[in-house]
Amino acid sequence: MRGGDSREILVEMRGITKRFPNVLANDRVDFTLLRGEVHALLGENGAGKTTLMNILYGLYRLDEGEIWIKGRRVNIRSPRDAIRNGIGMVHQQFRLIPTHTVAENVILGLKEAGFYLNYSDINERLREIISFYGWNISPSARVWQLSAGEKQQVELLKALYRKADILILDEPTSVLTPQETTQLFATLRKMAGEGLGIILISHKLDEVMQVSDRVTVMRRGRVVATKPTRETNPNELANLMVGRPLITSFERLNKPSEKPILRVENLRVLDDKGLPAVRGVSFTIRRGEILGIAGVTGNGQQELAETIAGIRKAVSGKIILDDMDVTNKGSMFMIRQGVAYIPAESSKCVAYQMSVAENLVMKSFRYEPFSKSIVIDWNSIKQHAERLIDAFSIVTPSPNTRAGNLSGGNIQRLILARELTGLPGSSAPKLIIATYPTRGLDVAATEFVRRTLIQNRDQGAAILLVSEDLEEIMMLSDRIAVMYRGEIVGVLEQREFDVEVIGMMMTGAKRGEAA
Amino acid sequence: MADVAWIESVLSGAVQAGTVYLLASLGEVYAERSGILNLGLEGMMIIGVAVSFIFTNALGHGAALLVTMLVGGLVALILAFMAVSLRLNQIVVGLALTLFGLGLSGFITSAEIRKGILLSLNPNLSEATLVTQQAPKLPNIAIPVLSEIPLIGEPLFNQNILVYVSYILAIVMWFVLFRTRFGLSLRSVGENPAMADAMGVNVYLMRYIATVIGGMLGALAGAYLFIGYQPFWQEGMTQGRGFISLALVILATWSPLRAILGAYLFGGVEVLQFRLQLLGVGAQTPQFLLMLPYLVTIVTLTLLSFEGVKKRIGVPAALATPYSRE
Ligand SMILES: Nc1ncnc2c1ncn2[C@@H]1O[C@H](COP(=O)(O)OP(=O)(O)OP(=O)(O)O)[C@@H](O)[C@H]1O
Ligand SMILES: [Mg+2]
Repeated sequence: MRGGDSREILVEMRGITKRFPNVLANDRVDFTLLRGEVHALLGENGAGKTTLMNILYGLYRLDEGEIWIKGRRVNIRSPRDAIRNGIGMVHQQFRLIPTHTVAENVILGLKEAGFYLNYSDINERLREIISFYGWNISPSARVWQLSAGEKQQVELLKALYRKADILILDEPTSVLTPQETTQLFATLRKMAGEGLGIILISHKLDEVMQVSDRVTVMRRGRVVATKPTRETNPNELANLMVGRPLITSFERLNKPSEKPILRVENLRVLDDKGLPAVRGVSFTIRRGEILGIAGVTGNGQQELAETIAGIRKAVSGKIILDDMDVTNKGSMFMIRQGVAYIPAESSKCVAYQMSVAENLVMKSFRYEPFSKSIVIDWNSIKQHAERLIDAFSIVTPSPNTRAGNLSGGNIQRLILARELTGLPGSSAPKLIIATYPTRGLDVAATEFVRRTLIQNRDQGAAILLVSEDLEEIMMLSDRIAVMYRGEIVGVLEQREFDVEVIGMMMTGAKRGEAA
Repeated sequence: MADVAWIESVLSGAVQAGTVYLLASLGEVYAERSGILNLGLEGMMIIGVAVSFIFTNALGHGAALLVTMLVGGLVALILAFMAVSLRLNQIVVGLALTLFGLGLSGFITSAEIRKGILLSLNPNLSEATLVTQQAPKLPNIAIPVLSEIPLIGEPLFNQNILVYVSYILAIVMWFVLFRTRFGLSLRSVGENPAMADAMGVNVYLMRYIATVIGGMLGALAGAYLFIGYQPFWQEGMTQGRGFISLALVILATWSPLRAILGAYLFGGVEVLQFRLQLLGVGAQTPQFLLMLPYLVTIVTLTLLSFEGVKKRIGVPAALATPYSRE
């Protein structure tokens, strides 16, 4: 629709307020969604975007405020009420049952399906929707067999099958490859054309500019502006979100030294299913250098990073850190050697039920001053936590809050704070393995992470940066290695960086062919 | 030694002994598919034995079966309340219920108490009925034609009504679990309650229903054990059959149909070791046989530790995990 406000109002949220213990997550928020629009919801980590949408979807109860849907005041007490009102939601983490089929996932909870599930009818209707949107999934496939992009299509199918006309997507692109993102956006525009209203939560300003009709910016639980997309620009949006312009390029202070910190030689690693994931990879990273690993997710980057971090075994090959063979020495050993690992999935390295302070000290609690002989010194752990919360601007009511209650972005900051702080008494990390370190982060936090990595580089750390965000990898790296099917298809020096070439190499073209 | 009549009688015995396991594990399959591990099964079973013992003598088989299931359902409701609503540790609550069941069954069957209950239910009972340790057994019903089939006709189709009920239940429960909306919801709350909730499934209700079904069938298994199999009351006469049924659920990899095979395997082993002893076969063989079901269960568990197998078979991922929304 792109402008023009004569459209039907699908959703109107008025004066929504939601308090959590010690946090005012939504503070008198007003929000409207029109039929046929893609409405982007922007805001820093912890701004309250997910909370607002969880209220609309009935997962949280609002403390104050009203919700009107298609002109009627409604009381949404549970997701069931939301679904009845035509609302569908795709969550930040997929909510699918891996062992069930696509069809089973879609019809779960659907009353109209009747008592006996007639799968031939159901599959037929699913195939219609799938082919209308030009997707490629089979209704009887099991979800664990699908890629991230396909899983997301299943999530969309759930809403479409229920004839939802209000669709909420919470950071849908953070797990997608660039190609999948493009496909998703085409789908969203098509849906808007069909008369759906779409709410899109995202941190990526270029995506917001590309796909949305209107933008609402939230900050600390409040709405600070709602604007038609074409009347604004990325700079203004960043300014609204953070209150200041952002740094987009980084100066290099000193040249990387010649001394190699990490040497990987002909490394071979298997994935969880026992198939070869890394197939004979070799490279070196020098002191003060960032080596970027570009590639579509699932081409062995994850396994490569895990093996160097010591949490996955190499089948053959060598990993040499500072002239010492550290192949298959285990994670504890690597941590002691000054290796920091920032994993892609925060769920793998955060104990959600434990407090922020406990999570922050998880790597170093064995050492003075946190442990004195066998006794843990909670006071010093608390002080340590407060220092890190401050230094890494983690938004949390207190160090004792359960880590699981932090917003997605703040969980990521927590991990960074823990990983980038060396063990007590030792110096800063020697080698940092960062996999998708800015996934799910808002623009300010992304800038913060990048700046932190650059600072560590300037202090002499060697950094292995795995990312599928080409812009990021080109901005930060001194050299880029492109991975495809477990092999490095080529390494580019900074002066050779080129989106097109790297993009081609990501699909398996060798360097010569790509250039 | 192994003539046809002997084989037939062993098979028949396998079905009779196995029906206890089948009934109990069918209910437990539902409970576990919904995410509830019912370690109180042994307790519910022994309560079922005691209640069916008393009520059969007072009011007859039909009433006894109804009341047994009702009581089993009520005990399961306690488990559901503690495990689902209060989110207590299911292992602790379950074991406590087993101890409670053993205690309660001993209490209500103790001579004075039992006499009191019997008289209040039916004042016209004879003195002999008031003190007997037995009850009339359910009659066998031979199904015409089918029971004539050589070798398997007798074992499968000349049994009492509860055995036939267990066949039908296994098939119906399989169908409901895998082919209906109710079954899909049930499996989903045991896999990923948060997502089932988001899809509008009432997680708590589903778990309550599944647990109560589990309790009712657990108690029914007890009733069968008594009036359908060994109608002579002994304290603690379930002898760990509830726990064996729990193992059987794993062996059956949470499928009502596979539970049939497992149940008769367990039942067969039980009968066979007894028969072999009678025949005077060396003492080691029966002992070895008794070990067999557990061995198979352990092998199954080991296989299930492989990620690929787990995904294909569908081990309930949220088993024994409480759910809360915020
Ligand atoms: N269940 C909860 N219990 C307590 N506090 C919560 C809960 N959910 C969210 N919060 C708090 O509410 C605030 C808003 O969180 P919310 O998840 O809505 O942020 P967000 O805008 O989605 O951030 P992100 O971009 O990081 O996902 C945060 O301070 C968070 O810690
Ligand atoms: Mg969020």
